[in-house]
Amino acid sequence: MNTLQKTKLRGTGVNLVLIVLLFAAVLLLSQTLSDNVYRRVLVPIIWQMCIFILLGTSLNLTLGYLGQLTLGHMGFAGIGAYTAALTSLALERAGLFEASEAAPGQLILVILGCCLLGAIFAALLGLLVGIPALRLRGDYLAIVTLGFGLIVENVIANLPFAGGEGLSRGTASSSLYANGLGLSTALQAKYVWLVLLITVLCIAIMCMLINSKYGRAIKAIRDDEIAAAASGVNTTYYKILTFVVSAFFAGLAGGLYATCFSSLTTASFTFTSSSIWNSTFIVVIVVLGGMGSMTGSVLAAVAMYLLNYEIKNGGWVNALPGFIQSLFQFPMLIYALVLLVIIIFRPRGILGTYEFSLDRLLFGKDRPGRKARKGGAGK
Amino acid sequence: MLKIENLEVSYGAVQALRGISMEVADGEIVSLIGANGAGKTTTLHAVTGLVPIKTGSVEYDGHDLRKIDPSKIVSMGLAHVPEGRQVFTRMTVAENLAMGAYHRKDKKGIEADLEHVYERFPRLKERAKQLAGTLSGGEQQMVAMGRAIMSAPKLVVMDEPSMGLSPVLVKEVFDIIRTMHESGITILLVEQNAKMALAISNRAYVLENGRITMSGDASTLLHDDKVRKAYLGA
Repeated sequence: MNTLQKTKLRGTGVNLVLIVLLFAAVLLLSQTLSDNVYRRVLVPIIWQMCIFILLGTSLNLTLGYLGQLTLGHMGFAGIGAYTAALTSLALERAGLFEASEAAPGQLILVILGCCLLGAIFAALLGLLVGIPALRLRGDYLAIVTLGFGLIVENVIANLPFAGGEGLSRGTASSSLYANGLGLSTALQAKYVWLVLLITVLCIAIMCMLINSKYGRAIKAIRDDEIAAAASGVNTTYYKILTFVVSAFFAGLAGGLYATCFSSLTTASFTFTSSSIWNSTFIVVIVVLGGMGSMTGSVLAAVAMYLLNYEIKNGGWVNALPGFIQSLFQFPMLIYALVLLVIIIFRPRGILGTYEFSLDRLLFGKDRPGRKARKGGAGK
Repeated sequence: MLKIENLEVSYGAVQALRGISMEVADGEIVSLIGANGAGKTTTLHAVTGLVPIKTGSVEYDGHDLRKIDPSKIVSMGLAHVPEGRQVFTRMTVAENLAMGAYHRKDKKGIEADLEHVYERFPRLKERAKQLAGTLSGGEQQMVAMGRAIMSAPKLVVMDEPSMGLSPVLVKEVFDIIRTMHESGITILLVEQNAKMALAISNRAYVLENGRITMSGDASTLLHDDKVRKAYLGA
């Protein structure tokens, strides 16, 4: 075994230890916190945070690594969510599945199956939209993808089995909580490991993609399309592929979204949505963390989610002067402010293209990432 | 090796090339000189498939390049060093070099060529993990050339490798071109620095307003009165 393989193996080992520690921490919290706090507060936070992490990292593929501004990411998540929810409802109506009574194995299988189906469907639509859309560049692509998000919302809202009379209103909505894929907090607490596992796996896959030949190709396209083409990269193919992969993971995140909310409304996936479940918020996450840094997207997703949570639920908010409290009625204003500050002071995001590696921190002698980051931020 | 016949290229209504014909034989250094806007870069882009050809033919090694996808051209041994040192600025030097070998599958050969590039440009080895965008202009030009070498080319087309470099670096760049040529690579060089280009070339073509107005042995052109007046400032 040569040194390169040894280093790789050690890196994998260190990462595995890190993941085990993550799970141990969650287990520890589940034992020490009171059931109420753990189940009603922490678990939904973890569950939703994981979804944001997936949305952020998957958008980073197109926005950070491929360098194409797309504004319809939640559209893909919406497709994933509705596909997953409708599939689970269909299974349930066929009498094959009942969330509250399902055996653990069956429930896991249904969750995985529904999410995967949502992801595949989102990826297919990504292909359909990507082929014409990626002929455009910059602002034009942004406009087209923005339109795509709106189209998705309107189409779903007008589907007889999903929109108006389906999942968002009427009888089906109330039944989704107890019967469909929407898991109760008790079930969410029981299967919180599953959502963590899915997230870790997806991030691992995306990181592997980025460090492969494929990743080098899309970064090359981002830096210089002509030089990339001159190096033999089929730029159109890789652009569309990245769009599809990004849509796939967004669809998966959407599927997970369907598992943690009792009802789905199309409004929650639109650009104009006032909640944080909108495409702009995901763009903010990616830009904040650093376009081209997976670590950055993960950290920014956690930070932005917690910021939003604190603004809405934190006790300290009451201690603030009245006008700031009223400002907090419009959290999007705060995020816009955060984004402005970042763009002015750290235009490449908090981490730039830096990736955290515990392995390097523990064993690394030279830290190339550090050096590269310093240089990169200076430009 | 490379044969261009009656090549015409238009950008919309503007005709950039008005039917040029030229040839590069195996083992030569041929330079294409001319003023700004003469069509030099367009010629190279037409060869490597980056702009659509209106009429005419481009033949490389007996293959009609018009029928071949640009991403495939490089795997046939035709490397392009684009104008203005187009390195991948947010990728490391090592990643940049790896991009040159993007189409190659022979791991051993790639490693050997990488060693070879690092030997020739020790500076790049020192900076292998640094982002290419943080390098100096001369170092970036080394990266661009190293990337071309990594593709194991038979023919390299270079677009103004001396652009924006200091006189010392220009000399260095031309030394590199010479050693590349000595290792058996055929070179088509597009240059504004006519003096340096003609000094290392076997033959040259002069491009003016999309037409070839003169061609011949580089040494003859170097002493041609018209060329001296127009391009050599003498």
